[in-house]
Amino acid sequence: MAATIVEKIFSRKCGRDIRAGEVVMAPVDRAMIHDITGPLAIEKMREMGGDRVFDPAGVIMLFDHQIPADSIQAAEIHQRMRLFAGEQGIGNLDLREGICHQVMMERGYAAPGEIVVGADSHTCMYGAAGAFATGIGSTDMGFVLRFGALYFRVPESIRCEVEGRFPRRVGPKDLILYITGAVGADGATYQALEFSGNTFSEMEMAGRMTCCNMAIEMGAKAGIVPPDETTWAYIRERRTMEPFDLQSDTDAEYTEFRSFCVDELEPQVALPHNVDRVVSVEETAGVRVDQVFIGSCTNGRYEDLSEAADVLGSSEFSKRVRVIVIPASREEYLKALRAGIIERFIEAGALVEAPCCGPCMGGAFGLLAPKEVSLSTSNRNFRGRQGSTEASIYLCSAATAAASAIYGEITDPREV
Amino acid sequence: MRVWKFGDDVDTDAIIQGKYLTFYKPEELAKHAFEGVRPEFAKEVKWGDAIVAGRNFGCGSSREHAPLALLGSGVSMVIAKSFARIFYRNAVNTGLLVLVSEETDAVQDGAEIEVNMKGGWFESGGRRFRIEPIPAFMKEIVSAGGLVPYARGLKEVPLCTGSRR
Repeated sequence: MAATIVEKIFSRKCGRDIRAGEVVMAPVDRAMIHDITGPLAIEKMREMGGDRVFDPAGVIMLFDHQIPADSIQAAEIHQRMRLFAGEQGIGNLDLREGICHQVMMERGYAAPGEIVVGADSHTCMYGAAGAFATGIGSTDMGFVLRFGALYFRVPESIRCEVEGRFPRRVGPKDLILYITGAVGADGATYQALEFSGNTFSEMEMAGRMTCCNMAIEMGAKAGIVPPDETTWAYIRERRTMEPFDLQSDTDAEYTEFRSFCVDELEPQVALPHNVDRVVSVEETAGVRVDQVFIGSCTNGRYEDLSEAADVLGSSEFSKRVRVIVIPASREEYLKALRAGIIERFIEAGALVEAPCCGPCMGGAFGLLAPKEVSLSTSNRNFRGRQGSTEASIYLCSAATAAASAIYGEITDPREV
Repeated sequence: MRVWKFGDDVDTDAIIQGKYLTFYKPEELAKHAFEGVRPEFAKEVKWGDAIVAGRNFGCGSSREHAPLALLGSGVSMVIAKSFARIFYRNAVNTGLLVLVSEETDAVQDGAEIEVNMKGGWFESGGRRFRIEPIPAFMKEIVSAGGLVPYARGLKEVPLCTGSRR
């Protein structure tokens, strides 16, 4: 019987044929907890009668939302989690490595065919590695920490077939914003979004991560790019694993087919206060911005920073704008640093911060005052997400962010 | 009990803002529930009140602080046309009653509401509305009172067993 890649992952794990709609208690390969949702998960594990985590090596702990500790409460949370890690023998990455999702990917903690959960909604990003990865709450995570398994309702899939070549200064973020606009904020609820087509097969890992990262913004349980040479090459650099075939069958059942062509795609912008209010950049051109944020698990990788630096060229950022650049991880930071990109940002007037969630978390730093406007490469523009509920957040690619930061208003990066 | 009426796409940042996520106790979180979008809510909400909303309630973050803030406020249930997936699971897991009804448009803010779970309906403003049955696979957890009491009763997990819908 034909199956989608998601159905195949669950079938492989359980050693029998499993199809969408079935509710199954499936084993989990790895579980990620961070400083916001972790403490509650630990408490829940204990309330469930657990003293030890299912497998210390299967639990990844790190801090990225409120680092370095921005309040005494945050410091106490970090302290409690460090204690727990020590007690349980969990390799705590603490605040050294960067944003959880980027670190999970670059350390090879998600690979084709695996089931990975994280106590964070953007865990769906690891679908870029061909894993089934989904975000869960703290009580579900408590259950995972205790038992190493979780109930899943195996999702149906929507297939997004994308063809064409990106025009200059248009890329994966524009594509995924466009898809979000088309599918809607709840258009994929409880389903998996499977990305395919030549645009994806030619796309590098960074772009695949950007797209899978935002699957949750359509309500999806997971985003996934079936593994190919690009995926296996990425995995090979990180762990020992023999490549194997893991593709959806051609006659697999989907709830929906959607096709897109990027040949004439324009830079896209999501308007406040919903991620699916997406327009092309020219419709918002001229909107004055107070803060530009280039970073996050969505767009804080070397490829994004490099694209932004390319748009910036030898210009300076507008003095009216606070430009905050935050590489997604230590590894990405070092790559950008060695390429001279960080120096260029600093010369141009940006604040470059150490890898963390930054303004996207909305509680740490880089907050907005009432009536202020932020243009951000992150994934959510909900009211109050980056500070005042009277502020406005627009979302875009790193190229659009850089172009807009030069002029102090939303600017088409193709015109720079 | 009264209705607190909300629209579509009520996100988790609206329910509880990022800056309060260092709190974990429902009663602490409750002081800031809907602070940015409906400042009167935390002060005026009464034990047993119900939230009635449109589509995609609870979209966004996986923060369990969202259902906890509502539980701490004394909210007895959320009735919406649809729920975002993670919020729905978090609510069930923490013991917040979440019900699906296609007919929430006609419900007025501030109206009285009465719910009959067994009968599968609720009444508000003199009209009766249908509630969708709770999915079978969530029912076990709901009847246990949440995932913690459910898990406590488990000696080991029934790995790879499952059921067709």
